[in-house]
Amino acid sequence: MRLKIILALATLSALLLSWDLYRIFLQVPDEASQGAIFRIIYFHVPAAITSFAGFYVAMFSSIGYLIRKDLRLDAAAAAINEVSLAFATITLVTGSIWGRVIWGIWWTWDPRLTSFFVCWLIYVGYFMLRRAIDDPTARARMSAVLSIFACVDIVLVWKSIEWFRTQHPGPVLEIRGGGGMAPGMEAPLWWNLLALLMLSTALILIRMRQEAMQREIDSMRRFAHAF
Amino acid sequence: MSFLGQTLAIAAKDLRSEVRSKETVNASLSFALVILLLFSFAFDPDSDQVREIAGGLLWLVFAFAGTLILNRSFARELVNDCLDALIASPVSGAQLFLGKCLANYALLMIVECISLPIFAIFYNVRLPQRLALLFLVMLLGTWGLTVIGTLFSAMTVNLRLRELMLPTLVYPLLIPALMGAIQLSTVLIAGDTLGEQNLFWFRLLVAFDVIFTILSLGLVEIVLVG
Repeated sequence: MRLKIILALATLSALLLSWDLYRIFLQVPDEASQGAIFRIIYFHVPAAITSFAGFYVAMFSSIGYLIRKDLRLDAAAAAINEVSLAFATITLVTGSIWGRVIWGIWWTWDPRLTSFFVCWLIYVGYFMLRRAIDDPTARARMSAVLSIFACVDIVLVWKSIEWFRTQHPGPVLEIRGGGGMAPGMEAPLWWNLLALLMLSTALILIRMRQEAMQREIDSMRRFAHAF
Repeated sequence: MSFLGQTLAIAAKDLRSEVRSKETVNASLSFALVILLLFSFAFDPDSDQVREIAGGLLWLVFAFAGTLILNRSFARELVNDCLDALIASPVSGAQLFLGKCLANYALLMIVECISLPIFAIFYNVRLPQRLALLFLVMLLGTWGLTVIGTLFSAMTVNLRLRELMLPTLVYPLLIPALMGAIQLSTVLIAGDTLGEQNLFWFRLLVAFDVIFTILSLGLVEIVLVG
């Protein structure tokens, strides 16, 4: 059943992505001031939203673990965070490429870039911590606490940078009061977001299957050692 | 004993053992001196540039020297299974945590108050007229560092790589507090007046301290006991 869901999600997201790629590259005109490179926004922004959404969903999964003490919830949190970290990396890399073309530099210590890098580092630390703890329940407990801390911290980092003058463009999309993109240009971005969200859900489900198998192997190993 | 009484008992215990051994404060202070020395090679120590980056340098010293103290906070309880005894004692996790926080806070403030004038002498930085304001920034920033550091010290105490894990986990989380403290310290040391923009950093520091104190107190039981 779950395998079918994964396959369905992956297929849907592949179809959606190809349709979107067609629209992005062949239908949407070049942007007036940036030219062709602006198209990177269709991956940069959805990847950033996907990663942040994932970090917060993972936090709720972590809180769920602390309440229910069900290791499956911890596995879900770890899987979600892992996929979100991958999307955060995509955001950093695409942003860096974009910056190289438009600003002429790969990286600038602009507050928004810095804060995103901080978030990225926090979640790298999350996986370092998970690796360092052998006992599954202790690992689940500590990483759940770190996940909660990280999500609260992201809000503070975010607020502190909004006050700072920034080189990164301000809100562009309509939902954040930007209204800076032509309607025909903005639509593929949301479709891409949907595709990436489906893709990440599929990846998370695959990751959770692996975790479940790992737990099964571990318990079989313990069982075998008992004799 | 009341909540506060037990908390203070833990803090007094930590401070007493520190006063008798002086191991972490001495290590932390000498480490601060080493960093101050290293800075002199990183840039021209006689230039005016120092005043512009003074806040950043100062807080780097505080953060680096601080993790030495924080690392030892729970690690020193591992000998003779003292940590298990403390957890089993009728002191709640929050009290244990708060007591340790207070002790660490006092030690960190001592180290900071000694290294601040040394920094000023070494780098020819005139300390601001409104020293009280700088002290307030130090109090607020250090509390943030202490709260997060102490909780993560408890989280990483049983790890083999705890000396490495603590700074890697704590520094990124501390960024908002460090950012605020650095901005304010730089402005104060440069002798400029605090404007509207700086008031925001004060608010951020206070919010950071309050939020993470509450969060840590709520979660410390999970960290220590499970």
